[in-house]
Amino acid sequence: MAVGKYVGTRTKRKEDPRLITGLSTYVDDIKLPGLLHVAIVRSVHAHARIKSVDTSAALKSPGVVAVVTGQDIGDKVGSVPCAAQIPGLKVPRHPVLAIGRVRYVGESIAAVIANDRYAAQDAAELVEVDYDPLPAVVDPLKALEPGSTPIHEEFKDNIAFSTKASSGDIDKAFRSAEIPIIKQRMINQRLIPMAMETRGVVAQYHPGDKNITLWSSSQIPHLLRTQVAVMIGLPENHVRVIVPEVGGGFGSKLNVYREEALLAYLAMKLGKPLKWIEGRRENFLTTIHGRDQVDDVEIAVKKDGTIIGLKLRVVADLGAYHQLLTPLIPGLTGAMIAGCYRFQNLTIDTVGVFTNKMATDAYRGAGRPEATYLIERVLDLVSAELKLDPVDVRMKNFVPSAQFPYNTPTGLTYDSANYQACFQKALDLVNYKQLREEQKKLRAQGKYMGIGISTYVEICAMGPSSGMPAGGWESATVRVEPTGKVTVFTGSSPHGQGQETTFSQIAADELGISFDDITVLHGDTAIVQYGIGTFGSRATAVGGTAVYMALQKIKEKGGKLAAHLLKTDSSDFNFEGGKVTHKADASKSIPFLDLVQSAYHAKSIPAGFEPGLDATAFFEPSNYTFPFGAHVAVVEIDPETGEIQFKRYVGVDDCGKVINPLTVHGQVHGGIAQGLGQALLEEAVYDENGQLITGTLMDYAIPKSTDLPWFELDRTETPSPVNPLGVKGVGEAGTIGSTPAIVNAVVDALAPFGVKHIDMPLRSEKIWRAIRAAG
Amino acid sequence: MKINLKVNGVSCESDVEPRMLLVHYLREVLSLTGTHIGCETTLCGACTVLLDGAAVKSCTLLAVQADGSEITTIEGLAKGDEYHPVQQGFWEEHGLQCGFCTPGMIMAAIQLLQRNSNPSEEEIRHGIEGNLCRCTGYQHIVQAIQYAAKRI
Repeated sequence: MAVGKYVGTRTKRKEDPRLITGLSTYVDDIKLPGLLHVAIVRSVHAHARIKSVDTSAALKSPGVVAVVTGQDIGDKVGSVPCAAQIPGLKVPRHPVLAIGRVRYVGESIAAVIANDRYAAQDAAELVEVDYDPLPAVVDPLKALEPGSTPIHEEFKDNIAFSTKASSGDIDKAFRSAEIPIIKQRMINQRLIPMAMETRGVVAQYHPGDKNITLWSSSQIPHLLRTQVAVMIGLPENHVRVIVPEVGGGFGSKLNVYREEALLAYLAMKLGKPLKWIEGRRENFLTTIHGRDQVDDVEIAVKKDGTIIGLKLRVVADLGAYHQLLTPLIPGLTGAMIAGCYRFQNLTIDTVGVFTNKMATDAYRGAGRPEATYLIERVLDLVSAELKLDPVDVRMKNFVPSAQFPYNTPTGLTYDSANYQACFQKALDLVNYKQLREEQKKLRAQGKYMGIGISTYVEICAMGPSSGMPAGGWESATVRVEPTGKVTVFTGSSPHGQGQETTFSQIAADELGISFDDITVLHGDTAIVQYGIGTFGSRATAVGGTAVYMALQKIKEKGGKLAAHLLKTDSSDFNFEGGKVTHKADASKSIPFLDLVQSAYHAKSIPAGFEPGLDATAFFEPSNYTFPFGAHVAVVEIDPETGEIQFKRYVGVDDCGKVINPLTVHGQVHGGIAQGLGQALLEEAVYDENGQLITGTLMDYAIPKSTDLPWFELDRTETPSPVNPLGVKGVGEAGTIGSTPAIVNAVVDALAPFGVKHIDMPLRSEKIWRAIRAAG
Repeated sequence: MKINLKVNGVSCESDVEPRMLLVHYLREVLSLTGTHIGCETTLCGACTVLLDGAAVKSCTLLAVQADGSEITTIEGLAKGDEYHPVQQGFWEEHGLQCGFCTPGMIMAAIQLLQRNSNPSEEEIRHGIEGNLCRCTGYQHIVQAIQYAAKRI
């Protein structure tokens, strides 16, 4: 697809006027007549039997309408769903309110319904839960041991699943290693997504029609509707999910949560509209967490830095229950462990364990940041061991650009790339050779500058349906209204990414009309055809392509009508400049609006021509896409304090064709910030009793404006052959590329102290200790 | 308790519970839902409003503490279709994605520019340090404020 009038240009967002004026509607902004408020009573223990729940005092509290416990609900609401299908996977029952036992701090026990949020909260404090505490299983490695207390009585141990995969001849590769095998354990710490808007649900039952309307801050309106319908036992077409403005997701709202089904059920039972808004503390405790792996790698290399084989063992801490995709995330780490490199021999052992913590699940990057971190640290470990430049080691191991599409040893097919050119562009931009010279000089002066590189590839545009639990296609309807204005209905569910803008750009160019004449609607299951949603960097590559495909149908139908009206046999027309013009004979032209009106007035249409002008397309991608890039971080460390200062941050990303450079930059910036957060600041810490001790913004440090460097970005553009737009996806790129670049930079800075690896987050104290330990 | 204050130039008289938070008063009594609640603990800045011209976090002020004051919220900035230069800057420079932190961020930026009409990048970063954004990485926010600084 060529650059059009709008596609490829810096286009200001359509979404912004309502957002910069405070006129948008998030879940908590919804008001309904007679709305009641729900507060949730949550476990203070990580693992305990519930002996009793006394609701009598709460029921007497002013304004209270009802108090409901897990016993009251029993099996009237189904289990919170998990979509994973892994052979032998243990799937515990996951009730919407705990019954008999709690398994993590914050687990919901009872719901208090009152006439305002203050009254509900007051009464929640009065619910008396009598606990019999049990030993908490906190350490994932200990959870693997035979003596570990099973968290779920129905299973004999805490191993949720275990998988093995291999490719090539790993034993031969390890025997032919030219230097001793390099081994490293790396901790990929637990993270908290921390969308600025917490979760929230409003539920309203319409008893006359036995319909329920559910507003939720979600990334997946249709999947949520299907699952909630099943959980509460209503026919799916009696459930309407509306996703209003969503204040960030990052994967944390790609889920079906207890409160969504609970509120739907309670609204139905009480016949009253209900609202629950998650508090920030609740958000820390009970919205999914990310990452949390203990990874062991072993690498066999040649003396010239060529990697010949890799063994990986992933122990993934899944938490107490499975959320929608919990057990699937660690598998993505194994799938992407080969990175941009061409070695073929590997083994991957993956174990998922239950612990008394909140579930982990998809957090921006979901499995790929872990893979990229591992392989990019490995490349630097190899470089350090062999005293080679990490640039040379990468160049030596890259898959050559002539080999695409490239089959990886993990069974994937990378669509298109030129890793060398992209990397070179980043090196030129940062002036790499000069930086190394400068580093030498500074080291001689006792200054510790580090240069860190990461060359990443990620798997995006999730994905072909064969690899996705509920289908991997996306849908779009384009409706040309009788006045020539166009409404696009997308199954994607944007929540900050700006697809109202980018999809309008695509539609305006394809139809040759103004960007302002397009409206994009999403997030209402009563309005939009079934869709999958926004996650896995899929919205543009899959959802945008669905829009494009629907537009082709419109043009095909419009072309037939134009041929009839203009009395020509061929229906080969250009849609440009508000006109529909014959490709071979420019004298045969009709204004777009006239064509549209003809389709609706239907007074002069060919025989058999269906009146109207709308079309729906479901786009099924033939493969994933594999965006890539190169990030370079330059830091200086104060050896007295361990403090890190950024000197440069350069990123060259290739996300295929770019629809809107403004929003692409926005995605990359935000991604880098989150990746930097993991590298330097963020860590969800549970103590030995399973208490989350980083459960507030005072204790869990997300990056502030002063923590971040200026990002110097550029791009290369390698179109994807997987979709006609040539786009790949960019939502997670920054998160994947940045973390290893920053850690590699810090470790490089500390090389004179003999430091080879430090686990994240690299806070000043940890760096200071590493320097002190080196003496 | 009876309170009397001016919000976005309009006089408001209300009878509120003494414990009612200012942000709940604005959102639920006055239906000014542009001011958001991100943390309830003064840490994220999503609820920032101007109280007698100073940026304050309305989630840890009581409505009764605002008695007699003048408050400006995000809804009070634009004059008809004409945006405040800071609002315009956020639109021009893509200073927002999900938009949840945006109203608070804009209010903080207005105070910053009132105190320093030509801030450096470092001064801007320092000036908005009390407002968290999880989407943008702040760079476009810095550029949005630079855009506004040139036009105020």
